[in-house]
Amino acid sequence: MTVSSRRFLALLTPVLLFAVVAVVWHVLVRWLDIPKVILPSPLEILSALWQERWVLLKGSWVTLRAAATGLVCSAVFGSLTAILFSQSVVIRTALYPYVIFLQTVPIVAIAPLLIIWSGNNFRTIVLVATIISLFPIIANVTSGLLSINENLRDLFRMGSASRWQMLIKLRIPAAIPQLLVGLRISAGLAVIGAIVAEFFVGNSGTYDGLGTIMTARQANLKTPQLMAALVACTGLGILLLLVVNLLGATLLRRWTKHSGFESE
Amino acid sequence: MIRCRSLKLAFGNGSARQTVLDQLELDVAPGQIVSLLGPSGCGKSTLLRVVAGLVQADQGEVYIDGEFVSSKRSNASRETMSFVFQEPALLPWRTVWQNVRLPNELRGQLTPPRAELMEDLLELVGLRRSDWTKYPSQLSGGMKMRASIARAMSTRPSILLLDEPFAALDDMLRSKLNDLLLAIALEQHCTMLFVTHNIAEAIYLSHSIAVMSRGRISENLKVPFAFPRSAALRSSGEFAAYYGQVSEALGKTQS
Repeated sequence: MTVSSRRFLALLTPVLLFAVVAVVWHVLVRWLDIPKVILPSPLEILSALWQERWVLLKGSWVTLRAAATGLVCSAVFGSLTAILFSQSVVIRTALYPYVIFLQTVPIVAIAPLLIIWSGNNFRTIVLVATIISLFPIIANVTSGLLSINENLRDLFRMGSASRWQMLIKLRIPAAIPQLLVGLRISAGLAVIGAIVAEFFVGNSGTYDGLGTIMTARQANLKTPQLMAALVACTGLGILLLLVVNLLGATLLRRWTKHSGFESE
Repeated sequence: MIRCRSLKLAFGNGSARQTVLDQLELDVAPGQIVSLLGPSGCGKSTLLRVVAGLVQADQGEVYIDGEFVSSKRSNASRETMSFVFQEPALLPWRTVWQNVRLPNELRGQLTPPRAELMEDLLELVGLRRSDWTKYPSQLSGGMKMRASIARAMSTRPSILLLDEPFAALDDMLRSKLNDLLLAIALEQHCTMLFVTHNIAEAIYLSHSIAVMSRGRISENLKVPFAFPRSAALRSSGEFAAYYGQVSEALGKTQS
């Protein structure tokens, strides 16, 4: 099988599977006469998606801004924390339990508290998105900064490199692939964080992200519209992931490029 | 000049403690090329790392040109040394040129004469100008190793430590790089300590061969062939006869 036909198959099979599931879903809903408030058919969801397109697009933009800002904040704070961790075992040992706390704390439980402290606003949404997406960045970047190839470390030691040179010229560039792994995980989490925070903030009527829209549609039992918002949420997560993947491909292009080297 | 005195080093704890260097004595005179030959795990690479000051011996001393070497502090002796690893150890985010300039960059010695030297070295190792802007992922194994050798020589080291640098290369390329290394080392009057498993390579490159066994130098063999050595030497009868002697000495360490 050629490369192009493999690529075509890789694209075709998921689309075919989706089509089969959608048809089965549609037939079952019609056949079993399931009310649309319980489970709308794919066509009803598609129709709601079209009807609400401008509301959803606006909501997606609001949520995307919050999730992306949260992701950037966690990339910056997470990387700085990881750099601090890489410089001292004492700091790492002292602070790591609190970083674990970030991972284990149920974000749904602290979101209302954050709203009390920070208010019903964009800043709170960003704060929740940042907190939920911080741990993968810290964990991955710390690992990248610390797991340096022994030969490369020795090369720098042979060159009498200072701690600063070691950090700037070796550890940080070597940790970039790990940062990208962290970003890939955190991209989805940031979207989840933003939507969860919007569930709480949304009720105030001062905010209109996807989470807010979903809460309102759920209250009015508009299930097709609710599921249309769900599709928009998924699209948002995929979009953010694609941006991170593109960033990764651009940054690592030179590291992994194979361009037919000359034979010896 | 490398001088190792009563080096002792063991790894592990309790019953798992394993002696790697055991009262090891070694002298390498200035400009001499000495190959370390011995079975796997006999301590060759560790000795090289102790000489480089990357690992601290439990007991004993290493002197480079009369200066005591310690892994616990950065010392002037490191300025005179270069290390070539088994892998090319190039930074994947730097081009060939940026990799070669790294040691001088770290030492703050990016002077015009050094830049000229780096250019000369890259040409000498057979990397074309168009290759200098390439990243390691765009190079073949042999080209990476050539860049690694150029980088090691870019600080004009008086001592060159090599840890099986050609182990992963095919015979033809290995032999080519042997000639290249020899030419550079002789031209720059480098003192060289060379770890290898390859007897022919050890004979071809060295003034003498130190056979290692169980953390000690069990035999010191002087190679009877004059420099410069030609590639034809490898297929001569004398070379084959001497190969047999070295092989026998190596065999004794395993018995």
